[in-house]
Amino acid sequence: MILYLLKRLAVLLASTAVAAVAVFAFMAVLPGDPAEIALGVNATPDAVAELRKQFGTDRPAVAQFLDWAGGLLQGDFGTSYVTSSPIGPQIGDRLGVTLVLVLGGMVVALVLAVPLGTFAAVRHRDPLGAAISAASQLGIAIPAFLAGILLVFVFAVQAQALPSGGYVPIAESPGEWLRSLLLPWLSLGLVQGAVLTRYVRSAVLDVMREDYLRTARAKGRGSTGALWRHGLRNASIPVVTVLGLQLATLLIGAVVVERVFVIPGLGDLLLNGVAGRDLLLVQGVVMVLVAAVLLINFVVDVTYHLLDPRLR
Amino acid sequence: MRRIGIWIAAGGLLLATAACGGGSGNGSAGTGGTPKAQSLSVGFVAEPANLDFTSTEGAAIPQALLVNVYEGLVKLDQNGEIVPLLAEKWDVSPDRKTYTFTLRENVKFSGGAPFTADDVTFSLDRVKSDWKLKIKSQLDVIDKVEKKDDSTAVVTLKRPSNGFLYSMATRLGAMFSRTGVADLANKPVGTGPYVLSSWRRGDSIQLAANPSYWGTKPPLGAITLKYFKDATAMNNALLTGGIDVISSVQAPESLQQFADPGRFETVEGTTNGEVVLSMNNGRPPFDDKAVRQAVRHAIDHKALLDTAWAGRGQLIGSMTAPTDPWYEDRTGDYPYDPAKAKQLLGGKTYNVKMRIPNLPYAVNSAQVVKSQLAQVGINAEIEPLEFPARWLDQVFTKGDYDLSIINHVEPRDMGIFADKSYYFRYDNPEFGKLLAAADEGTEQEQTDDLKQAAKLLSDDAAADWLFLFPNLIVAKKGVTGLPKNAIAESFDFTALAKQ
Repeated sequence: MILYLLKRLAVLLASTAVAAVAVFAFMAVLPGDPAEIALGVNATPDAVAELRKQFGTDRPAVAQFLDWAGGLLQGDFGTSYVTSSPIGPQIGDRLGVTLVLVLGGMVVALVLAVPLGTFAAVRHRDPLGAAISAASQLGIAIPAFLAGILLVFVFAVQAQALPSGGYVPIAESPGEWLRSLLLPWLSLGLVQGAVLTRYVRSAVLDVMREDYLRTARAKGRGSTGALWRHGLRNASIPVVTVLGLQLATLLIGAVVVERVFVIPGLGDLLLNGVAGRDLLLVQGVVMVLVAAVLLINFVVDVTYHLLDPRLR
Repeated sequence: MRRIGIWIAAGGLLLATAACGGGSGNGSAGTGGTPKAQSLSVGFVAEPANLDFTSTEGAAIPQALLVNVYEGLVKLDQNGEIVPLLAEKWDVSPDRKTYTFTLRENVKFSGGAPFTADDVTFSLDRVKSDWKLKIKSQLDVIDKVEKKDDSTAVVTLKRPSNGFLYSMATRLGAMFSRTGVADLANKPVGTGPYVLSSWRRGDSIQLAANPSYWGTKPPLGAITLKYFKDATAMNNALLTGGIDVISSVQAPESLQQFADPGRFETVEGTTNGEVVLSMNNGRPPFDDKAVRQAVRHAIDHKALLDTAWAGRGQLIGSMTAPTDPWYEDRTGDYPYDPAKAKQLLGGKTYNVKMRIPNLPYAVNSAQVVKSQLAQVGINAEIEPLEFPARWLDQVFTKGDYDLSIINHVEPRDMGIFADKSYYFRYDNPEFGKLLAAADEGTEQEQTDDLKQAAKLLSDDAAADWLFLFPNLIVAKKGVTGLPKNAIAESFDFTALAKQ
């Protein structure tokens, strides 16, 4: 197990390093000069040249990369071209908001999917089970941003019950904070919940056909009891894998949902950065997202090992 | 059973939070609790990248700060007139080269420092030494700025200039404190009726009334400028009470949502934004005046405005706005006449690239322009470019385009046609001479010369002017003091109030 952990950790670090190079390279080929954009239609060639020098974008790409990567190792993301403030704290602030959004969405998804999926599997011959199955299919077909727009229309514009967008920090008002996040959580969670419901259903179905469950039932446990005691842990293995993948999807989906709900999270920061060609900022954000996805995969792999003794 | 329990809990949560927020409405009660501390929130589309308009381009910065936080010696009123602000009055010498500004007494910067003639010299000298934008050249005409006494500043010009006082009403004339320029990007220090109270990046800027303001105190205690990247999100925010005002409607077709006069009010005014169909005068086929003229005859501007922008806006025909003193309606110069256009093209057909920014007005207009040009034999291939980055790079900086469409929002910006390196690549020395004469002449001469200049641009078909961008504001009923015309660089909050 220790050896496995070490090996897996080495892979994690290597992929992060490769990702850093890739992220930097992508930014370097992006058309549009940060200095030109900062100065806009009123720029003079001299001012552009001077600003390039100030940004350091007039130096060779390798030097720029080494500077950036060196800073990253020390936890320094550099200084934004556009806002001339350090990038690290900005990402930190926004990451907090996005994490709350993503984790809340995940909770909604789990709360929906685990009971519904299990129920749909246990009662897969019932009309109700089939209905859940069909409903989840519908949920998969709806992208999160569309769900968001629909939710805003129903709950904010029509019912006037919840705000249509905006974000209130929890320190300012916990009640408003909750209200501002409910719809975003739902729009992320409903769609992911639908996907997850199908996985839970098929995982539980598979497990129900296993011999050991029949044996447990034969030994006198009720079918619910047997499933509870012996089935769920086995069913959870494929679900955890999907959950990991979904966390990554949620992180990316949050970018769009943040825009719909005007939430100042990482996605919003990223899109602003791209529009203003604040390359260092974009690099920083993308790097954090990539690292997060890699980390999630790492955690999933490790969890997988813990859950399934056959892999040890 | 377990599942049902969870559902009830979740449903209860939803109901409870919905109920607890119901009473707070738009959150406009303010924190002070007194009626004086009323606040409003206004929705905008573009958030400032930072708060330093001396080094960063972008209309969003002066829009938020000028007149509200920073003040100049003079300002532009709603009719386009220059009126006193920090200067009580000014005298112009007979040779029109010396301006003597008498400054208001008892004016303080928000940092506490008094405002004196030293700050005038400091601010104007700083334009030359520290500002990074090209527009700073507008003040190159200043020879020297001197302090006569604490409340008198004298500006001497190299030559008489009508543009000087106008420039002083823009961000170029903003007065900075000698002790307040250390962190312009984050901490603005001005003399205005509002001060920056907080900035939640990516979300909003809060302005609070300046308690030590020299003039009439603003009716509101606080103003929130809320930034939306998505027009639908902004519309929804007004519909649901998240904001009180939409500062600029992004798509006129969305106005019907706010048609209920019991709840909302729509204000339509003018802007300085000429939506220009730019033609690259520097390369074929638009280096040929006849081809450019053909384009102007080929476009049915009325139909274009109706289709592309729901008929909101005004047809202008040249590079002037209706609030400019020298404005003349030039739409009659090239009436819609496809037959004439074909004749000018001499039966030839052309394939051209129309590289436009991916902005709603440009995309909508481009489709109409394309279909109308096709009828006279010009096939325009539309290529939308990400704005600003790619459009600035390809069209504006490199000049690699045949046709483009962009809203030139700067005030009194006819001068951009006098710069032959500007992306229009228009080169007519006659035009430059007219502008120079206009700037040096008397006010009457200026008006006459600029009328002629606008006519020359139109005759030369240096570009085509599709329409004047309208200023469309929607507000909750009861909001007063909205600036109808968006003709200055700032969104003036000073009169904004709520009944």
